Amino acid sequence: MKCFVRVVVPRQNLMVAAVLAALAAPLCAQTLTVGMKGEPMSLDPGFRAITIDMEVSQHIFEPLVTSGPDMKLAPALATEWKLVEPTVWEFKLRSGVKFSDGTPFTADDVVFSLDRLLKVPNSPSPMAVFARGIKQAKAVDPLVVRIETETPSPSLPRSLERLMIMSKKRASGPAPEGKTTAQLNAGDGLIGTGPFVFASWNRGAEIVLERNPQYWGPPPAWQKVVLRFITNPAARLSALLSGGVDIIEDPAPDDLPRLMKDVQLKVSSVPTTRLIYIGLDGAAPDFQGLAANPLKDVRVRRALSMAIDRKVLGERIMDDVGLPTAGVIAPMMEGGTPEAKLPPADLAGAKKLLQEAGYPNGFTMTLGAPNGRYINDSKVAQAVASMWGRAGVKVSLDTPATAIFFKNLVAYDYPSHIAGWGDTVSTDRMRALFAARGDKPGDGATNYERYNNAEVTAMINRAASTLDEKERIALVRKIEKTAVEDDVAVIPLHFEKTAMAMRKDLDYTTRADQIYMSQYVKPAGAVANERSK
Amino acid sequence: MPAFVLSRLAQAAIVLLAVSALVFVGVFVIGNPVDVMINPMATQAEKLAVAQSLGLDQPMWMQYGRFLEGALHADFGRSFLAGQPAMQLIFERVPATLELAVTAILIATLVGVPLGLYAAVRPDAWISRAGMGLSIVGLSLPSFWIAIVLIMVLAVWAGALPSSGRGETRELFGIPWSFLTIDGLKHIVLPALTLALPKIALLARLTRAAATEVATSEYMQFARAKGLRRSRIVGVHMLRNLMVPLITVIGMEFGRLAAFSVITESIFAWPGAGKLLIDSILQLDRPVVVAYVMVVVAFLVLLNLLLDLTYGVLDPRIRLQARAA
Repeated sequence: MKCFVRVVVPRQNLMVAAVLAALAAPLCAQTLTVGMKGEPMSLDPGFRAITIDMEVSQHIFEPLVTSGPDMKLAPALATEWKLVEPTVWEFKLRSGVKFSDGTPFTADDVVFSLDRLLKVPNSPSPMAVFARGIKQAKAVDPLVVRIETETPSPSLPRSLERLMIMSKKRASGPAPEGKTTAQLNAGDGLIGTGPFVFASWNRGAEIVLERNPQYWGPPPAWQKVVLRFITNPAARLSALLSGGVDIIEDPAPDDLPRLMKDVQLKVSSVPTTRLIYIGLDGAAPDFQGLAANPLKDVRVRRALSMAIDRKVLGERIMDDVGLPTAGVIAPMMEGGTPEAKLPPADLAGAKKLLQEAGYPNGFTMTLGAPNGRYINDSKVAQAVASMWGRAGVKVSLDTPATAIFFKNLVAYDYPSHIAGWGDTVSTDRMRALFAARGDKPGDGATNYERYNNAEVTAMINRAASTLDEKERIALVRKIEKTAVEDDVAVIPLHFEKTAMAMRKDLDYTTRADQIYMSQYVKPAGAVANERSK
Repeated sequence: MPAFVLSRLAQAAIVLLAVSALVFVGVFVIGNPVDVMINPMATQAEKLAVAQSLGLDQPMWMQYGRFLEGALHADFGRSFLAGQPAMQLIFERVPATLELAVTAILIATLVGVPLGLYAAVRPDAWISRAGMGLSIVGLSLPSFWIAIVLIMVLAVWAGALPSSGRGETRELFGIPWSFLTIDGLKHIVLPALTLALPKIALLARLTRAAATEVATSEYMQFARAKGLRRSRIVGVHMLRNLMVPLITVIGMEFGRLAAFSVITESIFAWPGAGKLLIDSILQLDRPVVVAYVMVVVAFLVLLNLLLDLTYGVLDPRIRLQARAA
C-alpha cells in the first residue's frame, strides 16, 4: 500500500473532512487498492450486462434509482418516483447535480442515456436485458422524466438500478450510439455524476479512479482508488495477506473459515439472491433404460426432495457459504420470508413415496452439474448423489467444465441437473424458472425442467403487471407454493453467500447483488456517513 | 541463403494454416460462447440476436471460411467479449509478456551458464556440488509450486516483495514498462524468478555436460600447453565452442517462456498475453484464442529461423541449405 502523508481536504464539507482526515491520517489512507475478481471488457456503461463491468461503471456513473446492501431501493439521481398511469412512471430528478466536467445534470441526459443503451453494437451481453419493455423516455421538464413501458411494469425502478446516466453533451458523437465503446474505453466522453472520475486503465492490470470534486453526495474517503484485476482467488488472497491490496472480492470459500479467525483481517459475508437448485426434467421422453420417465410422477419428484438434507449441505458441504432454503425467493427479495423454516430430511418418507410410485428398488439416472460455475458445485452434486443413493436412486454424476455443462443442459441431456439463478425481481424469477419453455421473451429462460403448468404461467403473467404491491406479493407466493411445494418443479437447495475480505481497519458491508462499490468502503470507526435521502 | 529463408517461410505458412484449422475445431467443440458470455437473465430471443451479431449462427465451415478470408486481409476477427480486434488486444499485452520472458531468460543465462562452466572446470568445489544438486530440484518442481512458495516466503511472511501486478510503469517508445521504475522492478522479481529457476537448472546442467566434453578435446589441451590463462581458455576457447548448443536451448526456452508462461502470469496477476489467453479460453472468446495461437506459432517459427541463421554466424563450418529442415 502506498502512503500519502499529505491529507487532501475535500472542499465541500469541512466537518466530514475533518473527521475523515483525523481517521485517515493514522491509516495512511487516501488510496484504496482493491483486488477485483475480474476485469471489465469495456468502460462503456452500455456495453455489457455482466457484474464486473457494472461494478466499475457504478464508480463513475450513477443510476436514477439505487439500492442499499440489503437491496432496498433508494434514491440516486432521481429523488422520487411514482406511477402516473399504469404504463407510465414519472421520476423527479435531483437538483443541483453536476457531471464531473461541471455541466449540470438534466432530464435530457436521462433520455439520451436510456436511448443509447439499445444502440451500442457488438455487445456479447446487451444491457437491453435491463431495459426490457421500456417504450420511450421523455423529458417533461429539466428535472422530470417520464418513462413509458409497453405493459404495466411494477419492477421498472428496480431495473433502472443497472442503467447508468451519461452526459449527453460529452457522450454524443457521429456514430448512431454517440461516443463509441472504443472512444469511451480511452476515456473520451466518460463523464458521469458518480463519486469517482476515470484516471487510467492499464489493460490486464488495473483501473485507477480519482475522487470527483463535483460529486453531490458525501465525498468518498479515498482520493484515489486502484481496482486491480487478480482473477486467481489464491493470488487475490496472497495480495491481501502481503498488503498489496486493502480489500478483495470473493475470497475462495475454502479460505473463509481461516480468514475469519485472522486478527489482521475482517470478512463481510451475506447471502446473495443466487439460488442453487436441482432441476428435474419431467418431459424427457426416453429415460435411461426405463419404459417411462419416473420424473413425470410428482411422488418421485417429492421423494427426491425429501431425501435431501439441506442442513447438512449448507453446514458441511458449503461450509456456511450457503443459506439453505426450501423456497426459491431469497429473503431480501419481494415476497421473501426471512427465517423461513427448513423441512428436515425424511428418508423413510422418500422410500415410501418411491414404492407407491412403483419404484421400490429405485432407478438410475444422471445428475449433471457444472464444475467451477457455482460455489462448490461439484461437491454439492456428489453430496446430493449420495443422499439420493440412500433413498435407492442410483446417480451417475456428470460434472464437466462450465461451458460443456451448459451445452448439454441446453440440449436437455440431463434428466436432473444442478443450476443457479441470480436475478433480483421476484416476478422475473418466477417467469424464468416456471413459465412454459419457449423462444419468446415471456417464456421460461431457465426452465430446463420443461415444467409446464398453464395455471402457473397465467399467474406469472398476471403478477408481472400487477401494480399493487400486496396483491403482487400474494401472487408470487402462490406461484412459489404451487410450483415448488405442490408440483416440485425444482428442488431448491440454498442461496449462495458472497464475501469480501479486508484489512481490519476498513469497514464495508458486502452487497447481496455482488456489486462492489469503493464509495462505501470506510476507514473503520468512521462516523456513519450514509447518503442523505 | 535467400532460398533457405524462403522455403522456411513457405513451411511456416503451411504450419499456420494447419494449426488454425486444428484450433478452430478445438474451440468449436468446447461449447456455445453465447451461453457463457451473456447475462443469464437473457431470453432465447436475446441469445439468438447476440449469436447472429457475432456470426455464431453459421455452420462451422462457414465461420472458418470467414476467418480465413479475414486472415488473408490481416483481419483476425474481433473479440466477442471486448468488441475490439483480437490482434489489438493481444499486442497490447505482448510487451508485458516479453518483459517478463526477457528478464527470466537473462537471469537464467547469467546464473546458469557460469554455474555450469564452474562445475565443469572445478567439479569437486562445494559450489559445484551444491549447484548441481539443487538443479535437480529446480528441474523437477512444477512452476506453480515454486510460485506459491515464493509468494508465501517472500511476499506474505517477509513482506519484502509484492505478489501481484506490474507495479508502477514508465513509458518508453509509447509503451509502459515495469523495469524502468523501482516499484516495477520489485514487482517483476517474483514472477521472473519463478520462470528462471527451472531454466537456471537446465542451463547449468547443459553447460556443464557440454563443457566437460569440450574440456578433453585437443585444442583445449593445446591452449593449456601454450600456457594461456585459465580465464581465457574457459572464457574464449571453451565458451565459443559451447555457443551453438547453448544458443539453441536459450532461444527455444525463451520462445517457450514468451508463449507459455500462462500459469505464472495468472498466479502473479501479471498482465501479459498468457493471462489474456487463459481468460479468453475460460470465457470461450474464440477469436482471441485462435489469434493468440496464430501469433505464438508465427513467433516460434520465426524464432527457430533466426536461431538457424545465428548458427551460421557463430560457427562458419555450418552451411545453410534450402533443404535443411
